[in-house]
Amino acid sequence: MLSAEGLRHTYGRVVALDGVSFTLAPGQTLAIFGPNGAGKTTLLKVLAGLIRPQQGRASVAGGRRAVGWIGHQSHLYGHLSVMENLLFWAALYGVPSAERGARATALLERLGLSDRAGQPVWSLSRGLAQRAAVAKALVHDPRVLLLDEPFTGLDLAAAAELRNLLGELRGAGRVLVLATHNVDEGVELATDVAFQRQGRFVQLAARGERGAAEIAAAYRRAVTDA
Amino acid sequence: MRELLGQAWTVARKDLVLEFRTRTALLSAVVFTALVLTVFNFGRDPTAVATIDLAPSILWVTFTFAAMLALNRAFQLELENGALEGLLVSPVSRRSLYLGKLLANLGFVGVVEAVGLPLFVLFFDVPVGPVLLPLIGVIALATVGFVSVGTLFSAMVVRTRFAELMLPVLLLPFLLLPLTYAVQATARLLAGRPLSEVSGWLKLLAAYDLVFVAVALLLFPHTMDE
Repeated sequence: MLSAEGLRHTYGRVVALDGVSFTLAPGQTLAIFGPNGAGKTTLLKVLAGLIRPQQGRASVAGGRRAVGWIGHQSHLYGHLSVMENLLFWAALYGVPSAERGARATALLERLGLSDRAGQPVWSLSRGLAQRAAVAKALVHDPRVLLLDEPFTGLDLAAAAELRNLLGELRGAGRVLVLATHNVDEGVELATDVAFQRQGRFVQLAARGERGAAEIAAAYRRAVTDA
Repeated sequence: MRELLGQAWTVARKDLVLEFRTRTALLSAVVFTALVLTVFNFGRDPTAVATIDLAPSILWVTFTFAAMLALNRAFQLELENGALEGLLVSPVSRRSLYLGKLLANLGFVGVVEAVGLPLFVLFFDVPVGPVLLPLIGVIALATVGFVSVGTLFSAMVVRTRFAELMLPVLLLPFLLLPLTYAVQATARLLAGRPLSEVSGWLKLLAAYDLVFVAVALLLFPHTMDE
């Protein structure tokens, strides 16, 4: 469903990706942990088709239409309401017009934003805007979800709700790729774990029965070893 | 083709809703047009040059600079909350995006011109009544020409520093031809010359439009690569 083969990309002398390869099948969630500047965002941008890698290739079954993206920014227009934003993005992703309203309403309800549907995005707090960004990423029911630090700005309740939602999506056979520098976030969602440093996957393995503490210890060793 | 136009319309409609909701750029452009016409009206010596000789140049200089305001904001509004990134991740084709922006810019500039033309008549007392339809034709053809090029350059400079300065510097050399054709055609219309004298300029404007819309459609996808 999602594959990366020998990805390499540089920005001048800075190596952002160096020989990254992996394949994910439906229901798998890959959590990528790495320090700032490790190349996590570049990898997600390559998977999303935003950056053409200098070497290697990435492919997603179903193409762009199958991808949902939650990044550092919400991609929402401040002077449109939350609902108008969702309807706009649903239209761009080819959601049939008869289904757009119902899908958007259901998502807003799920994310606790029903009473904010008519409110312009500029008037939302950061946490509420992040929830609206999650709704935007899911409005076309993507089969692959790319998440770049998705918990940033969410309060504890909203973060827990997002984790539940992502767990459900994984259970429904969606592929999730989650990039974060915080090992405590999203470990329990992961079926596979990668540690990224200076563009390389220094470790890629199934999570198995490992818990957050075990993975955090392995992560510290992996990113600090020379 | 249907999908291309459908996506383009979705983008254009969103831009127009945003513009008419905030009205910042539109009001600025309309006020700018009125001010420039006022300055020209009081800054000329009617005993030295006949109004009818000066008016076509004034009209087109005013429309050109007012259009710059529209073109500058076309992609600027996509920088809010990283919406441009969202558009590029989405399945909307780059050409649909260009066409959508072109349509929205044409709507925006069209409104400014619709306000500017009566002001122009008011200030310069030129006989547009008998030639109103052909004059609107000239304005429409010239506007498509410079907005098509301007939309392309607006996308090129949006992620650069000093984008608002870069746009006129890059764009104005490309506007020399359509401006020349438009001024020549307008001058002949206002002088009451027969339409046969204008048709050559109209054909040149139409040819410019065809060539530059096609070139912009070809080049636009490359301006969006990260």
